Amino acid sequence: MCGIVGLLVKTPALREQLGELMVPMMIGMTERGPDSAGLAVFTAPLPAGRRKISVFAGYLEDADRYDWQALVDALNRDLDAHAEVAARGRHAIVSFAIAADAVRNWIADYQPLLKVFSTGRSIDLYKDIGTPAEVAARYGFAGFKGTHLVGHTRMATESAVTPDRAHPFTAGEDFCLVHNGSLSNPNGIRRMLAPHGIRFDTDNDTEAATRFLEWRLREGDELKEALQKGFEVLDGFYTFLMGTPTELALIRDPFACKPAVVAETDDYVAIASEFRSLAHLPGVNHAHVFEPAPEEMYVWKA
Amino acid sequence: MESVNFDLAATPLREVNHYLHHQAPARAGQQVRIDNPNGAHAIAAGLNAPLDVVIEGHAGYYAAGMNQHATVTINGSAGTGVAENMMSGKVHVKGFASNAAGATAHGGLLLIDGDAGLRCAISLKGANVVVGGSVGSFSAFMAQAGNLVVLGDAGEALGDSLYEARIFVRGTVKSLGADCEEKPMGEAERAILADLLQQAGHADVDPASFKLYGSARTLYNFHVDNAGAY
Repeated sequence: MCGIVGLLVKTPALREQLGELMVPMMIGMTERGPDSAGLAVFTAPLPAGRRKISVFAGYLEDADRYDWQALVDALNRDLDAHAEVAARGRHAIVSFAIAADAVRNWIADYQPLLKVFSTGRSIDLYKDIGTPAEVAARYGFAGFKGTHLVGHTRMATESAVTPDRAHPFTAGEDFCLVHNGSLSNPNGIRRMLAPHGIRFDTDNDTEAATRFLEWRLREGDELKEALQKGFEVLDGFYTFLMGTPTELALIRDPFACKPAVVAETDDYVAIASEFRSLAHLPGVNHAHVFEPAPEEMYVWKA
Repeated sequence: MESVNFDLAATPLREVNHYLHHQAPARAGQQVRIDNPNGAHAIAAGLNAPLDVVIEGHAGYYAAGMNQHATVTINGSAGTGVAENMMSGKVHVKGFASNAAGATAHGGLLLIDGDAGLRCAISLKGANVVVGGSVGSFSAFMAQAGNLVVLGDAGEALGDSLYEARIFVRGTVKSLGADCEEKPMGEAERAILADLLQQAGHADVDPASFKLYGSARTLYNFHVDNAGAY
């Protein structure tokens, strides 16, 4: 099954309530995805020279008391990174003023069990195993602010229940994807991408779709062009919801096997696998509620 | 008319459905109103009495599934499988319906004012389905009996592997499925269509503006010359 949820606020005042509106959406999708949950939130971008990464310590013993300040102090000492950290338990957002790859490589040496889940100037990402309510409470999702976010509740079907196989998946900078469904050709996509130097962190099929689409964006495709190539290459049953710093995008496979429903008002666009997750939103009874058509691209600007 | 109201924000759905199954039938003819459905699944499924049920909002999956005798009105949209396997009665969706609306329905009338998703009336077994908007691909797939009336357009593979159901479409058909073909509309079919339009509140729509599709009956028995059609 799995549940996907997305919310983009058009009214600037609602940015303060972004997380608060989202948490009931995620909890509403618990039956579709009780084993893990995750959320990517897009905020105002950092200044051009700075980057931030989402780092996860959950594979370490005593992860809840991980010493993030020690990590940042060592990073600044070794690489003069001007790094800062904002920690939420097992997750931390580390920002810095040097190349992201240098920081990733440094972290891999410093503590190989740390996982970097996202990189960019706008994206903060949190994901972990547990029910959506548990994960939302663990990382304080209700307090998140920003323009839009992409969330997921997972019922694992084709790879193990681990934090790094929870969604959203990311590739490159400031791009994330959540998926409800299953792909039949993830290994073919992996083989296709390998000659381009693209490496994978997990055996999850969603990661294959994420890396394929991000590769197309990096090669210069506009989001709609990348999605069109996705229709040609990605085989299976899927609803994909994707986030970039300025866009929220939704597509469904040609058979529309996996559900999705959209509610749009002057204030927001909200997307979920089922209407159940939208029912609490303000003004939803007067929203334009529709079911996205198969193999159509829906892109909303933040 | 006697009326009973439930608020799904306050009363669990199980209690509401229990009432509809066990208490309400003794007072057949009463109206039951259900507020705040909020996309819950299986609202008013399995009814078996001439009740009048009104759902005030959006319903989730399998609303009014297996209906017998009851009239269920949904003042909103319906999720996957609305009126699935209906035997008799009437289900009216005022908004849109998701995939597989009216699947395998044996009898009764399913009205959808908006669009219906994919596989509308799949394996229809005798019910009548009237869609005010368009239907998605693979609609009336393997339909065996009954009528599907579409005032808008139909997606790909309409009536794929159709048996004896009739499909009336007023708009365009993206493509016909295997063994589905356009047929001349005779007086008998025109009368069936006019009656369904009347029942659905579309009496102003001219039956002559529809095309009729049915089975070419070449798939009834395997014949190697038909292999390309499978």
